[in-house]
Amino acid sequence: MSSFPAVLRSEWTKIRTVASTTWTLVAALVVTVGVSAGLCAVFNATFNDMPKEQQVTFDPTLASFAGMTLGQLAMIVFGVLVVGTEYSSGMIRTSLAAVPRRASFLAGKLIVATGLALVVGLVTSFLSFFLGQAILGDRSIGIDEPNVLRAVVGAGLYMAMIALFSMGVATILRSSMLSLGILMPFFFLVSTILGAVSATRKVAQYFPDQAGSKIMQVVPGAMDSGEAPYGPWGGFGIMALWVLASVLGGYLVLKKRDA
Amino acid sequence: MIELEGLTKRFGAKTAVDHLSFQVRPGVVTGFLGPNGAGKSTTMRMMLDLDNPTSGTVRIDGKHYRDLPEPLKHIGALLDAKAMNGGRSAYNNLLCLAQSNRIPERRVAEVLDLVGLTAVAKKKSKGFSLGMGQRLGIASALLGDPEILMFDEPVNGLDPEGILWIRNLMKGLAAEGRTIFVSSHLMSEMALTADHLIVIGQGKLLADMSMADFIHKNSRSYVRLRSPQQERLKDVLHEAGIDAISVPATGVLEIDGVAVERLGELAAQHQIVLHELSPQRASLEEAFMRMTADSVEYHAHAPGEPGLPPGPGPADNAARPADAPAWGTGYEATRKGGQ
Repeated sequence: MSSFPAVLRSEWTKIRTVASTTWTLVAALVVTVGVSAGLCAVFNATFNDMPKEQQVTFDPTLASFAGMTLGQLAMIVFGVLVVGTEYSSGMIRTSLAAVPRRASFLAGKLIVATGLALVVGLVTSFLSFFLGQAILGDRSIGIDEPNVLRAVVGAGLYMAMIALFSMGVATILRSSMLSLGILMPFFFLVSTILGAVSATRKVAQYFPDQAGSKIMQVVPGAMDSGEAPYGPWGGFGIMALWVLASVLGGYLVLKKRDA
Repeated sequence: MIELEGLTKRFGAKTAVDHLSFQVRPGVVTGFLGPNGAGKSTTMRMMLDLDNPTSGTVRIDGKHYRDLPEPLKHIGALLDAKAMNGGRSAYNNLLCLAQSNRIPERRVAEVLDLVGLTAVAKKKSKGFSLGMGQRLGIASALLGDPEILMFDEPVNGLDPEGILWIRNLMKGLAAEGRTIFVSSHLMSEMALTADHLIVIGQGKLLADMSMADFIHKNSRSYVRLRSPQQERLKDVLHEAGIDAISVPATGVLEIDGVAVERLGELAAQHQIVLHELSPQRASLEEAFMRMTADSVEYHAHAPGEPGLPPGPGPADNAARPADAPAWGTGYEATRKGGQ
């Protein structure tokens, strides 16, 4: 069996030597922080026009992650491309000839890419939080308030998990285009729409993004999010199950199918 | 040393590789020959554990590929030239491979130099021509300084200069005592590089023999004679005890096993006008084509079909196991000895 640190080093070289890594991660950071800041400015300006109920449940922490819905799409692209380009370029055959143990190969790739996504996710979440709070001014919340630090760290974890989920899906589908064609509309449209309609919310709340994003919330039921039968960590656990399923599925496909 | 035992691969109802068993021995270039679609690439992918065999095993130096701790140090392979990430530079494509097998980084520059890509080492490999891509693939195969090298159709699509380069490289590597396993669908290419031949058709082993044996069994040299005084020429040949086969409707005589000099002198002695006196050699390409076509499609050629030297009937050829001694004896009887 090949030495695992060597596989990690190799995967780190792979990930740092392609342009897509930089632009997807920069986009995830810039879009999340930028859109969140913009929306915080909007909330601040229109706060008094909001319905009473929304004013009461206003969650300044969650508001500062409002851009995540868009920013996560860049994380999805990052996750998909990390795996997908192995297949689209044909590199997968060269890679597996060098590291024939499928578990080592996949673990090496996913650990390196998820680690990087986590670092970028945490930088993004802290930046987004502090910038958002600065814009919210009087309505802001401090990071030392109860549950706030958990939400900020959670937002970084959420981004890493979205990326890892996408890597698993891309390993199952073995194609960047197919994976993006399914994941992008799912997270941007399907999940959002089903989550907004009360009739379908009961199902949609178990989707990975909806369940996982509970961890960014400090005030339960904030921003029309509705009541969920699980707490922040419970939701994150549901997301983790989705991620586990996609990674396990990816491993089985990699093991069983011809490269 | 690579050992295949009963290697079989089925894709649904189609059997791509059918109970292949053979060994690839060190120190020689072994040519892996078969028409397109014969199962060469599938076999090679199974050898590298990229495709899972339906049944059978492959062992590299006695081990399964997956159990080799750092496989690039045992076996290097060029499967297809474009199996690299085009968005990465040539250097970095090789670097990540080197790191995965704990090969020192300086080796990357060495192999790039060896294949002549030093000048474009920092360029993205998607801009590479086919020949440059092939060189990069060969560089990756050489990275771990392996004892076994495998090349799948290495000369495909290359210009003459590139073909010559690869040919010399393979010979040089074999001369260093390495095991070279190279596939091709061109017999003519193999004739120039391989010491040993493994021929497959429709996934089945057709021949496993040394190149010298293959030539010995399959090549036929003869002399073509054309004369306006054919009848007189025949008489003269007959008197001299030489058998001549006349090719119908062409006025051509074919003579096996007699030196061209002797025939020329004989004609001069009897003042016979010759329009043609030419030594001929049936090409190995033709022998290979007939071998695979017969075995694959089971269709019959009329004996002595134009353009093909007379050979054994296709039906018995198809039924006969590979390497059977009777193969090619049709003209062996009249042939003048080895090449």
